[in-house]
Amino acid sequence: MIPLNAFLITAAVIFVLGIITILYKKNAVGILMGVELILNSVNLNFIAFARYIDHQINGQIIALFVIILAAAEAAIALAIILNIYRTRTTIDVTQIDHMSS
Amino acid sequence: MELNEILLYGIMIMTILSAAIVTFSNKIIYSAFALLLTFTGFAALYIYLSADFLAVVQILIYVGGILILIIFGVLMTQRMYDLSALTAHNSLWLTLGGGAAVAAILALIIFKNSWAPLVDKSFQATTDAIGSAILTEYLLPFEIASLLLLGALIGAVYIARAGDDAK
Repeated sequence: MIPLNAFLITAAVIFVLGIITILYKKNAVGILMGVELILNSVNLNFIAFARYIDHQINGQIIALFVIILAAAEAAIALAIILNIYRTRTTIDVTQIDHMSS
Repeated sequence: MELNEILLYGIMIMTILSAAIVTFSNKIIYSAFALLLTFTGFAALYIYLSADFLAVVQILIYVGGILILIIFGVLMTQRMYDLSALTAHNSLWLTLGGGAAVAAILALIIFKNSWAPLVDKSFQATTDAIGSAILTEYLLPFEIASLLLLGALIGAVYIARAGDDAK
C-alpha cells in the first residue's frame, strides 16, 4: 500500500514551489502560474484524504469545485492582465504602481 | 517494490521537477510548457488515488482550458517595451527564505501529526457517486458555481474587450 505521506509530501513541495513562484516572478502571468500550482497541490491533498481517511466522495467534490473556481479565476485574471497590458504596455507588477503616489 | 509504486514515485518526481522548472525558469514561455507536465502529472496522481472522474476533469479543464489561456496570455504580452523587464525577478534569497518558512510549517504539520487510521478499500468508479451527490447533497453549491461561471464569463468579456473610446 502506498503511504499517505508520499502524497502529502508531494503536495507540500509543490505548494512551497507555488509560494516561491508568486514571490519570485515579476511577470503577472508567472504569478498566475504560481496560483495554479498552489490550487493543484491543495486539490491533491483533498483527494488523498478522501481516498485514505474518509473514503467518501466529499473530498473529491470539494476538489471539483476548486477546479471550477480556478477556471473562473484564470479567465478573470487574464482579462485584467490583458487590459493592463493594453493601457500600460507592461505586465511587470512592480511597475504597476499608479495608485500609490 | 512493485512496478506500480516505482511508476508512482517516477510520476511524483516528474511533477516536482516540472514544477521547479515553472518556478525557476527565466523565460515565461518555458514555465508555461513545464506547467503542461505538472498538470498531467497531477492527473496521473489522481488516478493513483482512485479518482478517475477528477483525473479526466483535470486534463479537460487544466490542460485543455487554463493552460491554453495562460499560453495565450504569455503570447499576447510578449512585446514589452523594456526587454530587461521580461526576465526580471525579485531577490532569489528573500523568496527562498519565504519558501523555507512555509516549508517548515508544512513539515511540522505533516510529520508531527498522527493521522486518523487509514482505510484501504478496493477501487470503485466514482462518476456515478459524484453525479448523484452533485444533484442531491451539493445542489446549492452546484447552482452557485454555475452562476459564478456565468458572472465570470460576462465579466471577462467585458473587461478584456476594447473600450469604446480606444477605437
